[in-house]
Amino acid sequence: MPAWLSAGLAIQASYFVTAVLFIMGLKRMSSPVTARSGILWAGAGMAVATLITFLYPGMSNYGLILPAMLVGGVFAWWSGKRVAMTNMPQMIALYNGMGGGAAAAIAAVELYRGGAQGYVSASLAVLGGIIGAVSFAGSAIAFGKLQGLITRSIRFTGQQILNLLILAAAFGLGAMVAAHLNAGPAVVTGFFVLALVLGVTMTLPIGGADMPVVISLYNALTGLAVGLEGFVLDNAAMIIAGTVVGSAGTLLTQLMAKAMNRSLGNVLFSGFGDTGGEATGTVSGSLKPIEASDVGVMMAFASKVIVVPGYGMAVAQAQHKIWELCQLLIDRGVNVRFAIHPVAGRMPGHMNVLLAEAGVPYDLISDLDEINAEFETADVALIIGANDVVNPVARTDKSSPIYGMPILNADKAKNVIVIKRGKGAGFSGIENALFYLDNTRMLYGDAQKAGAELIAAVKAVD
Amino acid sequence: MTGMVALYIFMLAAFTGYEVISRVPVILHTPLMSGSNFVHGIVLVGAMVALGNAVTTLEKTIGVIGVLLAAGNAVGGYVVTERMLEMFKSSGQRGAKKGTH
Repeated sequence: MPAWLSAGLAIQASYFVTAVLFIMGLKRMSSPVTARSGILWAGAGMAVATLITFLYPGMSNYGLILPAMLVGGVFAWWSGKRVAMTNMPQMIALYNGMGGGAAAAIAAVELYRGGAQGYVSASLAVLGGIIGAVSFAGSAIAFGKLQGLITRSIRFTGQQILNLLILAAAFGLGAMVAAHLNAGPAVVTGFFVLALVLGVTMTLPIGGADMPVVISLYNALTGLAVGLEGFVLDNAAMIIAGTVVGSAGTLLTQLMAKAMNRSLGNVLFSGFGDTGGEATGTVSGSLKPIEASDVGVMMAFASKVIVVPGYGMAVAQAQHKIWELCQLLIDRGVNVRFAIHPVAGRMPGHMNVLLAEAGVPYDLISDLDEINAEFETADVALIIGANDVVNPVARTDKSSPIYGMPILNADKAKNVIVIKRGKGAGFSGIENALFYLDNTRMLYGDAQKAGAELIAAVKAVD
Repeated sequence: MTGMVALYIFMLAAFTGYEVISRVPVILHTPLMSGSNFVHGIVLVGAMVALGNAVTTLEKTIGVIGVLLAAGNAVGGYVVTERMLEMFKSSGQRGAKKGTH
């Protein structure tokens, strides 16, 4: 090794390269054309940083580091490869929680060891520790809720006050640790226990429908915690990557909350999300059923069909059948488009992933702003498993809980076909006025079965 | 690294993150969240250093948990992001694959 090339310089240079690769990778991931290469760039950055860290001066315990990496890595590889696309949101929550836990663990090691020298460093370690621990425990609860392991949202009066008290107590102990005031290991332990409890009690009352926003928030928080621990360890790669994720994640969280017509404070401190049950509002008219064969003819001779998929379609695993149907229509010269509401699926963009899995090209998929003007010229709007996102009362009924939420203007299409398992209100328990319109027909049945019937019906034309 | 330089890095990185994401289409929100989730897997290098410097059994135990969790974050984040992005194809690519059009 030449004299000018020390291990320290090699490490710093590698971390610099890593930071550049991360930022360019994220940039590439923000366009569908380059997204695939984006993750490869970021992955290369991660590999460079991880390998060079083995050269860190003064390190020992390699006999512990390698097995721990292997166990964590193999578990994540195995679980990540086999998770169904419909379960992707909770997997992201799980991996994100692991990152938060790791940041908290770094803080714990440094605080127990007395490695965080000085008030600033110790304060940052404490701050990163509490944020990481909250993200860890909160993400675990979010995972449990979306996976169906936790079905109840536990709420009681004074809950927010209790959370506030836990937060204050955690900060009190944290301040003692940071200020080195009689801060023995017991105080450090108490601090982390309180932070973990806070993560649980903060997340338990939040309903399943709001979980995507919460997961996104915890993603941003983990980034911030990683950045803070980067300051403690004097590690530029962690500071830059953590902070970039912290700010990007905050923006993403705001975009998601806005798309759901909810403010972040509303998500965290109120309990809508999984109310359900009571159908509100008075809707006049009747539900008019239709046969699949009639719908097949209608679509085969249409010039423009807009498909509005919802989570119900994904649950029924009907996206492959629907795409097969659309391909038949496209081959007949029909202009087929997919309209995706920002909250279709379990988090913004989730439905796009599910459609991509079925092979639907992304340029046929449009979001709300692009497609809404086109419904007026569409012959058929085919609604599959979507409900609240096409409910016109969001435009008209001020008393409705979804009033003001941007919706897809499916009601403007010449014909509206709704594929639905049965009569009943949507996720939020709100009666859908769209189903009762004069130009709407209901095709009852499971989305997968209905898709197969429509394929047969379109094939039978000619 | 002095405190002020670290603060500048923090400020610039925060703006970078905001700018990089601000024009992303909704269709990529889920993969992008997953991708940013992978990026904070860089916590792995910190966990390695923390465990590498741990002395007592308590520190080593927590350090091992930290490395284990961090490796899970990095590897899991990569695998699921790659799986999702791999599926995004345009009509042109679909046509080429099927040998039609």
